[in-house]
Amino acid sequence: MQRVTNSHDDVAIHRTSPPVIEPGHTFGSVTDKISALTLRRRTPIGWYLGFTLSFMVAGMLMMTILYLLLKGVGIWGNNVPVGWAFDIINFVWWIGIGHAGTLISAILLLLRQEWRTSINRFAEAMTLFAVSCAVMFPLLHTGRPWLAAYWLFPYPNTMGMWPQFRSPLLWDVFAVSTYGSVSALFWYVGLIPDFATLRDRAKNRVFQIIYGMLALGWRGSARHWARYEATYLLLAGLATPLVLSVHTIVSFDFAVSQVPGWHATIFPPYFVAGAIYAGFAMVLTLTIPLRYFYGLEDFITLRHLRNMGKIMLATGLIVAYGYMMEAFTAWYSANTYEEYMILNRMRGPYAPYYWALIFCNAVVPQLLWSKRVRHSTVALFLISLVVSVGMWLERFIILVTSLHRDFLVSSWAMYSPTVFDWTMFIGTIGLFFTLLFLFIRFLPIISIFEMRTLVPQAEIKEEKVKA
Amino acid sequence: MKKSIRPATYGLMAEFDDPTAVVAAAEKVYEAGYRRIDAFSPYPIEALSEAVGVHSTKMPLIVLIGGILGGLGGYLMQYYVHVIDYPLNVGGKPFHSWPSFIPVTFELTILGAAVAAVFGMLALNGLPEPYHPVFNAPNFALASRDRFFLLIESLDPKFDHDETANFLKSLGPREVTDVEH
Repeated sequence: MQRVTNSHDDVAIHRTSPPVIEPGHTFGSVTDKISALTLRRRTPIGWYLGFTLSFMVAGMLMMTILYLLLKGVGIWGNNVPVGWAFDIINFVWWIGIGHAGTLISAILLLLRQEWRTSINRFAEAMTLFAVSCAVMFPLLHTGRPWLAAYWLFPYPNTMGMWPQFRSPLLWDVFAVSTYGSVSALFWYVGLIPDFATLRDRAKNRVFQIIYGMLALGWRGSARHWARYEATYLLLAGLATPLVLSVHTIVSFDFAVSQVPGWHATIFPPYFVAGAIYAGFAMVLTLTIPLRYFYGLEDFITLRHLRNMGKIMLATGLIVAYGYMMEAFTAWYSANTYEEYMILNRMRGPYAPYYWALIFCNAVVPQLLWSKRVRHSTVALFLISLVVSVGMWLERFIILVTSLHRDFLVSSWAMYSPTVFDWTMFIGTIGLFFTLLFLFIRFLPIISIFEMRTLVPQAEIKEEKVKA
Repeated sequence: MKKSIRPATYGLMAEFDDPTAVVAAAEKVYEAGYRRIDAFSPYPIEALSEAVGVHSTKMPLIVLIGGILGGLGGYLMQYYVHVIDYPLNVGGKPFHSWPSFIPVTFELTILGAAVAAVFGMLALNGLPEPYHPVFNAPNFALASRDRFFLLIESLDPKFDHDETANFLKSLGPREVTDVEH
């Protein structure tokens, strides 16, 4: 259970690697440096600029939602036969981004990858904010969300109606709401000891009270830590199958239907890999500027960036395999509609987007084979942006090309988004960054108590205990 | 039986700089026969929890029960909805079409287990607890930074103020102090 013990093996294996924490840090210096970002340091001017800009873009989202509720979903471009368009594209995109946070905090914890420690808090916050953006789309897609509750959640109502549990869309409701709840619990549990640190270090009375309430009276008792560590590991063990199930169920929204290009068994693993791929791209997009502007190079080292680059390369290859298998099964099925679907993707009206997607997701990430690229923050940052765009295009292609020309030629049509589709999508990006800026300002962005376990002094010397 | 009188102090607190020292001291205190003891550290130290006498927790059992209740509740809810209360023929599937009930059952299993884990941990730890006597110990604010503390409660049967204080001082702490209620 003690996460300190494997540090030596790790050093032996990666003798040439950059360290997970720069040498010379002590319990005190780690605590002071991270808590000072919240408590001591003057809020940088860049924070105000970034927050204001994000908040303005989030304001655009609010205006779009207001107009949407007044006018109805007709303000969007989706219409028969493309009934699912930006809503589901953006929903899947955001949910996928969230998955890296859970992967870093849960799966890498179980695999004893101690380099995760300095990025897990941040990545978990990203998960929560991405899920918040994601749920907005299906909810508003219902048109009048306040009337949709009875077919989303099972509660006794005057109509005597229940949701349809045989539908993948309902599985999705349960998967995403469980995912959001468990991520929030996991995040909060991780924050409790750090809230106690902020409570004890805050000089301002208001902060002392607020952090004190959030810390729940945590005092670092050895008896408490034993239960805390057991809980943390169990939560990680629960979050691991959960995160895999969430994107599996998201892919069921497509795979359980019979639409050409969707009805494929490759979908669950391919969606999960794509989610992790997009998520790590977003973690890189956010941490590279963050470590630069907040001087966190000691804690988020090149080792972290390099490892994330490697994970992106691995998941990118799985995704590329998925694209190949889509084409292969379409051909091998000898089914007219499947064959037409893939040819339409490659040569039809949306072909430029398909090839852009292949370029962004399958070609560009091959640069990560090079060690020089993996060690260059600029290159990693640019690749991560390209992958984020690529993953969005992937969902666009899956959604739109399959729906716009399916079985019946007479019902073929083209889809294009309206200005409100774009303001809504860009608006959620604004909301995401607004929440992220608030998080950076008011909460410890790196898990302080877990960073202490990485300090060399943290190791208990058995021979001295017995002496 | 004599009516218990509230002791003058909550206990004695020894303060250490080094994790190895506090673990060694905690083991000696336990060996000396003290049982109402606790230690405080800025990060989890498994050896320290063991030294104060915690060898296993009830957390796995609580999480198991939470998971079973969540999963069972989830499945029975779907059974009730689709078989008993509102049977609806969808594509000729049987009312009790169990394969399509699995995803929601799975999600609710996880939800039940996770909720039980977090609230079970908080309940067993007695949190939230805004006031606790140990916060009165000098320098205790450093327990969330870089200091390690070892407490012997005055309610311990072996507790004798002067003797216990001398014993704690022999373990090499920075300081030994009384903890007010």
